Amino acid sequence: MSLSPDQIQQLARLVRLKFTESEADDLSEQLNDIISMVEQMNQIDTRHIQPMSHPQDMRLRLRKDIVTEKDRHKEFQSGAPATDSGLYLVPRVVE
Amino acid sequence: MECRTALEHSRALKGKEYSSVELTRALLEHSQSCADLNAFITLTSEQALKQASHADRLIAKGEGGPLTGIPLVHKDLFCTKDVRTTCGSRILDNFISPYDATLVERLQQAGMVMLGKANMDEFAMGSSTENSYYGPTRNPWNHERVPGGSSGGSAAVVAARLAPVATGTDTGGSIRQPAALCGLSGIKPSYGRVSRYGMVAFASSLDQGGIMALTSEDCAYVLQAMSGFDEKDSTSINQPVPDYANSLSDSIAGKAVGLPKEFFTDGVDEEVAEAIRESISVLEGLGARMVEIDLPNSAAGIPCYYVLAPAEASSNLARFDGVRYGHRTFEYTDIIEMYEATRSEGFGPEVKRRLLIGAYVLSIGYFEAYYVKAQKLRRLIADDFSRAFEKCDVIVGPTTPTTAFPIGLKTDDPVQMYLNDVFTNSANLAGLPAMSIPAGFDRQGLPIGLHLIGKYLDETTILNVAHQYQLNTDWHQRIPEGYA
Repeated sequence: MSLSPDQIQQLARLVRLKFTESEADDLSEQLNDIISMVEQMNQIDTRHIQPMSHPQDMRLRLRKDIVTEKDRHKEFQSGAPATDSGLYLVPRVVE
Repeated sequence: MECRTALEHSRALKGKEYSSVELTRALLEHSQSCADLNAFITLTSEQALKQASHADRLIAKGEGGPLTGIPLVHKDLFCTKDVRTTCGSRILDNFISPYDATLVERLQQAGMVMLGKANMDEFAMGSSTENSYYGPTRNPWNHERVPGGSSGGSAAVVAARLAPVATGTDTGGSIRQPAALCGLSGIKPSYGRVSRYGMVAFASSLDQGGIMALTSEDCAYVLQAMSGFDEKDSTSINQPVPDYANSLSDSIAGKAVGLPKEFFTDGVDEEVAEAIRESISVLEGLGARMVEIDLPNSAAGIPCYYVLAPAEASSNLARFDGVRYGHRTFEYTDIIEMYEATRSEGFGPEVKRRLLIGAYVLSIGYFEAYYVKAQKLRRLIADDFSRAFEKCDVIVGPTTPTTAFPIGLKTDDPVQMYLNDVFTNSANLAGLPAMSIPAGFDRQGLPIGLHLIGKYLDETTILNVAHQYQLNTDWHQRIPEGYA
């Protein structure tokens, strides 16, 4: 498999990044090097092997659904780029 | 006094040889005079002196523990309340956390004094600390060489004796590789041992906090203070933490040391291989028994890791959107443009590459071939370790195939850079504790690291073996020229 500059632009949209055409061209070689390195995985037979998603084969611990934090929204919003009346401001998304 | 270990400082503070304030002031001055290393992103002089004088008051009353008043530096991805946490990234250049990471809080409770925040590869993605928005860190052993990464600022700090200990994080080798390249002792504990709460996430199933110091004894004491169950981290393990220091002086006679033939290949530089062979004979001289073992799937470690880590990163880094905190671009007309411009300005090239790879391996049509395939290899790699540990107590080999490489050498070739992790990342994939300790120098005077991997939750054995090795060698006592 190798990635074309078009596919790179498509992936860029998925991860919300923007590249110029020449940046996508430059990236294409590096990403394809990485992908061909990664494809060495195919040299190993993994039929009948269970995927391992985590080093701990255990169920995630749950806690009681109770409020443990007090309201600190002012503190949390103090570093936000734009807020108003306790809300985060973003460009209009609904007309 | 700057060149002492944490425990030597501890004795001197208790013996009133000098105060924590005097020590802190001396190290801060030293740090300012070594600004050319670019090891720090932020120095926290004022807070440090306050914490030090608090520690002095405790010591005067005969209170406090072994770490009270001992200065340290945190890698700049541990959240620190009121002190900015950048992760080496423009996107967090102005970020001030509203809370402390659990690790930060625990070391502060132990009385340690934070001198500042160390430089690092952006979001811990890298092996050279060249991928920092704040510029590369230099290796104190040779300023033209990298200190390793991603915890390279932390490593340079300790190697240059700007602080006796520094924290780091290790997702694929980011504590052990810089420890090796800077001549330090560095430990990545078992996954789940140290809370990840307040540690900016890169690859959540691999990330683990740890410590770099001048000796394995110091590592044992600091690891003790930072370890243990934390209900704020859902993967924190609820298991008692052994008394690491208590076992350091145990004899290692009869311990079985596993030598995987896969770690002694042609890819290892001859001078590195020679130093590792000599280290093995030191361990033999202490009565350890060498056992040949196989880790047949270890070659799959790099490809497997460079699928899983970017996949997890592409999800974790979705949170940096210019809405709630961090950088936001200045000009935009709609929300998509705002996201794209914010992230394109905020992230550096290596982070962008990994986000793209992560999105690729998780996308429809490629998920099975890449992501699930890598997860299956992860199982094979973990199973290899389980089988190997039926025959041995600890596995040793070189930490890295070469010593520190020149700044700029590998920046245009990501795959070459990734190969730095060839011996380290399998321990992360399997969740095992692992350590690097100084094991010699090459002809250019650059440090070589001996890698020790332990059984799950058995940091005790690797710290014990490392300490016994250090009682019988003096590599860890060497100081880079100009920093004595």
